[in-house]
Amino acid sequence: MEHIVSLKDIVVNFDGEQILNHINLDIKDKEFVTLLGPSGCGKTTTLRIIGGFLEPDSGVITFEGKKINGLPAYKRNVNTVFQRYALFPHLNVYENIAFGLHVKKLPEREIRKRVGEMLDLVNLRGYEKRNISRLSGGQQQRVAIARALVNRPKVLLLDEPLGALDLKLRKEMQIELKRIQQSLEITFIYVTHDQEEALTMSDTVVVMNQGNIQQIGTPVDIYNEPENAFVADFIGESNIIPGIMLKDCLVEISGREFVCVDKGFGNNTPVDVVIRPEDITLVPTEDAKLSGVVTSVTFKGVHYEMVVEAYDYQWLIQSTRSAELGSAVGISFGPDDIHIMHKMKG
Amino acid sequence: MKQKLLAAPYLVWMAVFVIVPLIMVAYFAFFDSDGNFTLQYVADVAQYSNIFVRSVWLAALATVICLVLSYPLAYILAKMDTKVQSTMLMIVILPMWMNFLLRTYAWMTLLGNEGIINTLLGYIGLGPFKMLNTQGAVVLGMVYDYIPYMILPLYTVMTKIDKSVLEAANDLGCNSFKTLIKVVLPLSLPGIMSGITMVFVPAISTFIISRMLGGGSNLLIGDLIEMQFLGNSYNPNLGASISLVLMVIILLIMTLMNQFDVDDDRVLM
Ligand SMILES: Nc1ncnc2c1ncn2[C@@H]1O[C@H](COP(=O)(O)OP(=O)(O)O)[C@@H](O)[C@H]1O
Ligand SMILES: [Mg+2]
Repeated sequence: MEHIVSLKDIVVNFDGEQILNHINLDIKDKEFVTLLGPSGCGKTTTLRIIGGFLEPDSGVITFEGKKINGLPAYKRNVNTVFQRYALFPHLNVYENIAFGLHVKKLPEREIRKRVGEMLDLVNLRGYEKRNISRLSGGQQQRVAIARALVNRPKVLLLDEPLGALDLKLRKEMQIELKRIQQSLEITFIYVTHDQEEALTMSDTVVVMNQGNIQQIGTPVDIYNEPENAFVADFIGESNIIPGIMLKDCLVEISGREFVCVDKGFGNNTPVDVVIRPEDITLVPTEDAKLSGVVTSVTFKGVHYEMVVEAYDYQWLIQSTRSAELGSAVGISFGPDDIHIMHKMKG
Repeated sequence: MKQKLLAAPYLVWMAVFVIVPLIMVAYFAFFDSDGNFTLQYVADVAQYSNIFVRSVWLAALATVICLVLSYPLAYILAKMDTKVQSTMLMIVILPMWMNFLLRTYAWMTLLGNEGIINTLLGYIGLGPFKMLNTQGAVVLGMVYDYIPYMILPLYTVMTKIDKSVLEAANDLGCNSFKTLIKVVLPLSLPGIMSGITMVFVPAISTFIISRMLGGGSNLLIGDLIEMQFLGNSYNPNLGASISLVLMVIILLIMTLMNQFDVDDDRVLM
């Protein structure tokens, strides 16, 4: 399979500090790829390298198999939706969207046609003459998307495009963006720090932390099979408990032995054990190997979130049924629910 | 109520130092020494139309030169590292700390027939060239004295332009030059307008620069007005009339300019 964009061993330093640490990333054509990670982990920097706004200190970037290091942004077949939209304040909605086509000196009729298509796509018909400052955040957002897409780029880069919108609008725009990406069949490289957003929209999620790629995979893979404790912790809530891998398929947690499905960690190896809060069921104390005391109960709408203190560890548990505060409960989970990770460095 | 109270000293100040003098100028322009209304003085201004034309022309020329020189400088300045920016800006403003007269005198000693430039040119067998007491010298003086007033507003407006907007232009196919034309220029229009105003108005009414660098032959409106009050041709009524006409000319030109400004504000806002 041909990759449309590839980053090979990309290194970026700012003021002697390593911001991107040997990044390797292959992006398939027509894919919705999300770079996910906490603020400051290097997502924007990665995007700027692809867009042509930043040259890596070392490493190769290819586009459709051709090396494009040093190629200025205006010559790349890539367009960007900037973090704070960066619309032209001196131009109206129509002129903003038409900007790239005017620069390419397309015939006026063609420009009108294509801008019209874009206005339909982002639901902004009738707003052509509107000044940018008189648009809501969501509308500005859609102008920014139309302004980039009208150029029919092979790849669209989006830097936290929904970050400034309120929750309801964000949900709507997530669906909208996914629909646009699928109908136009172009590659989206999407940056966000919101794990839910990443899981909802993406074909592939790239989890980053401190300039390193932690894991690349489908949303389901990333959620169900996190490769390390960072990913497990960042993607959804998790219980991360220190444990000892006694041998293949047998792990010790808080002094008790549990059967699991993981292999290949060697014998008597310290590991991190990850268990999702929704995978745990509360049972009578006599039916469980681990038991503790309920220290908090919070109603979350669909489910209850409870904290159970057992053997110096606070277990987070989600269940549709609540337990009584202060009561003693047993903690139960199956072999499939146990995820073993190598111990995090540091 | 409190607001009004706070504004009171300024209102008094405005009345005493702006409104009253304006009324006095108008009075002198339209009433003769016996207190009779007359349009004679205003009509007399027409005979100096050549001086008006020269003043407008030289001031406009100096303003355009200031703009052409300042624009790239301000653009480069705004793009520099923030630390370098303040140092560079300091260098630009530094001459303003020196006395205006002194700076203009300096040009006299540079440009004169026995001045420094002609002396140096003499060593390599050139000249002497007549530089002092020419219109060129007057324009040079205006440009030199007023250029910081062009650079500062341009620089200010350019530092306010969001860098990501320039990157967006780049992203959409503009190289640096096209970005300058299609984005930086329209976004810096307010700075251009205030720069033009701040250079043109003092340049058109100057009398020191034309006196010192233009000799007697390149009189400007400012010289003409001064002569009516302090010179041999003492005639305050005519002087007031000339001042009034000059004010009207400046007002007209500024209104014309603001027309542009307002138009672009509509687009800018
Ligand atoms: N131009 C720059 N100069 C110095 N440091 C920078 C610059 N741009 C980004 N950084 C640093 O690089 C790191 C990664 O930044 P960024 O890629 O913007 O992170 P993210 O988009 O994931 O929040 C941050 O620590 C940030 O402070
Ligand atoms: Mg960022």
